[in-house]
Amino acid sequence: MTAVLFVLVTTFLASAVEAIEMVTIVLGVGATRGWRATIVGALAGFGVLAVIVVVAGLALSRVPIGPLRLIVGALLLVFGLQWFRKGVMRVAAHGLAGFRLAPTDEPLEWTGPGLDWTAFVLAFKAVVLEGLEVAFIVVSFGANTNQLGVAVIGGVAAVVVIGAIGLILQRVVTRIPRSLLQLVVGILLTTFGTFWSLEGLGIEWPAGDGAILGLLALYLVTAGTYITIERRRVLGFSPGA
Amino acid sequence: MGLIWSWIAGFGRFWYSFIIGDDWTVAAAVAVGLILTALFVSAHVNAWWIVPVIVISMLGLSLRRASKT
Repeated sequence: MTAVLFVLVTTFLASAVEAIEMVTIVLGVGATRGWRATIVGALAGFGVLAVIVVVAGLALSRVPIGPLRLIVGALLLVFGLQWFRKGVMRVAAHGLAGFRLAPTDEPLEWTGPGLDWTAFVLAFKAVVLEGLEVAFIVVSFGANTNQLGVAVIGGVAAVVVIGAIGLILQRVVTRIPRSLLQLVVGILLTTFGTFWSLEGLGIEWPAGDGAILGLLALYLVTAGTYITIERRRVLGFSPGA
Repeated sequence: MGLIWSWIAGFGRFWYSFIIGDDWTVAAAVAVGLILTALFVSAHVNAWWIVPVIVISMLGLSLRRASKT
């Protein structure tokens, strides 16, 4: 009984960490670019994930996660930096007064015809990569302890619980003005992109997964510094203005 | 045939916009940072700081260029 509980709690907590990363990106992209393409991308990601898990089964642990982390991380990093840069420029230009604006005061970025492929790709990649990591955790813990069923319950429960929390937070997040949201999501994508791409190259982060918080703090300070510099330039306080 | 070419062109434009965006130098610098890190890792040096330093520096340079134009 103790072993079952140990496997359940361990797989739940380890999977929850990955699920938080997945839900953060899906939530941020959905709130910034619109929900339709984001949800389609996330569902497509879950579909591909289900096929991989069914086909690979217990051999899943032999799938090379390093190259996948590098490719997904590098793409998130270069795209995240674009939003980071635009977010700094927009917040520097408009300030944080938009906090009090209703969400309808600012139109969504995507207004073109058809599916927003940017939102689709971002949500899809986050779900496939993080979902695969949850699957690795489940297979590793489950197979090593002969408690695969319990490990599956722990992993699925983590994704469901974190997903439900994300659904509740969605209403709050969509009330944030888009320029500020773009900055926040840009910082998050840059953070995860940096972390995953370097992990994919074989880097061992100081403090392990805790390095994500360190990177996040570093990029938040960077954003604050550049917003101050840009704001001074906009207001004509610097020689470069 | 024209439809296939327009689809290929659209696909190329999407990925160009996704990866390069408004400032190609940022994407190029990130690529250089990742290559440098890979070289350090192959020499058993845990150079985790290279990419964050490049990210912060390039962001500043890109913002400065954008504000001048």
